Amino acid sequence: MGKLKVALYWAASCGGCEIAQLMIGEKILKLVEAADIVFWPVAIDVKYKDVEVMPSKSIDACLFNGGIRNSEQEHVAKMLREKSKIMISYGACAHEGGIPGLGNLHNKERIFQTVYFDTPSTDNKDKVVPQPKFQVPEGELNIPVFYDSVKTLHHTVDVDYTIPGCPPEERTTWLALEALITGKLPPKGTVITHTAKAVCDECLRRKGEKKVKAFYRTWQKVPEPETCLLEQGFLCAGVATRGGCGALCPQANMPCTGCYGPVEGVADQGAHFLGAVASIIDSKDPDEVKKIVDTIPDPVGTFYRYSLPDSLLRRARIK
Amino acid sequence: MSWEPKIVGFLCNWCSYRGADLAGTARMKSAPNVRIVRVMCSGRVEPAFVLKALELGADGVLVLGCHPGDCHYAEGNYKAMRRFPLLKKMLAQMGVEDDRVRLDWVSASEGDRFVAIVNDMTEKVRALGPFARNS
Repeated sequence: MGKLKVALYWAASCGGCEIAQLMIGEKILKLVEAADIVFWPVAIDVKYKDVEVMPSKSIDACLFNGGIRNSEQEHVAKMLREKSKIMISYGACAHEGGIPGLGNLHNKERIFQTVYFDTPSTDNKDKVVPQPKFQVPEGELNIPVFYDSVKTLHHTVDVDYTIPGCPPEERTTWLALEALITGKLPPKGTVITHTAKAVCDECLRRKGEKKVKAFYRTWQKVPEPETCLLEQGFLCAGVATRGGCGALCPQANMPCTGCYGPVEGVADQGAHFLGAVASIIDSKDPDEVKKIVDTIPDPVGTFYRYSLPDSLLRRARIK
Repeated sequence: MSWEPKIVGFLCNWCSYRGADLAGTARMKSAPNVRIVRVMCSGRVEPAFVLKALELGADGVLVLGCHPGDCHYAEGNYKAMRRFPLLKKMLAQMGVEDDRVRLDWVSASEGDRFVAIVNDMTEKVRALGPFARNS
């Protein structure tokens, strides 16, 4: 068998996924032994037009990170889908929209208003905002069209596998790459992790009955290092999040933020996290419940930190 | 054809569903807009049920359970009571109007209360108009 052909791409993401891919360390030598990297904008100089002329399905696997925020990303996602036998959604943004997906609380108009006018350091007297088309003497210039919503990769093209995480842990990345190299890939649609259970399953903290009178953010109180963070009132997403990361954040005294996405069989991670959190409120008095709920200032940003575009409602309605 | 609000009602088996039943057997008239799903307890209604109903085409979601203190399972309706304020706070951020989602209590003997809540909610959702889903 010849070498595999692998493509890597970034869309609406921060670049952390590229670093995560390099975090496999010397195992990258095993990867390049088994595979040729034919497209990787961050590292090698291959242009879109070079990909365009590749035959259909000539790439064995594409690792695609980042959500779909503009027309360029959508175009490349569709092109790479057509050229690739296997499309792998890499990282929380491709998987569920990720942090940029919180932009779905707003729309293009509001985002542009903030970015090009309202931020204190912006000096935009001529009220210039990006135009997708612009006429210059040399001809027409084009930039990608910015969309109202961030979409996940699987809402845009057919996805075969998902490697979750923000960014994916080294062991998760390698689990998938090893399966790819050895040809032992799981059934289509699998989210590739070491476990399909929740983060709590890997978390070593002591877990007891959960009854909470107030919720805290990490700057408000130092967590006690051995008891379940949720029991202490920290909004730890471990209960609603797929494990496989090794529960690293709770071990470092930080609540899980939910980057590995929902556990198997759950459609809406945020709703499950919200349900779990609300159920441990220790009160039967509606007024007190409301007071306790008010200690959570940003429910969407907390419960859907990485998954708003993949939630049941997908985005906020804006009038 | 004029638009009619579609409301999904999750009614607990022990109080509210029987309250609705009583309204029916007593031939009380109520707005026909609520599609009832019987659940064993209002505590069974996960936030995801409410979101799923909205996603699948509901214009409003009504959850009815036993009055606090009367739950057949002692504590179930308190779970619903704790979830709702947080769910509604989240829905407000998502641009879902307050009147589209409602939690209330109806006992097995309160057929009239069931009718009043259904009529009130139907009118409020009608005033809001269709729930436009997001693409």
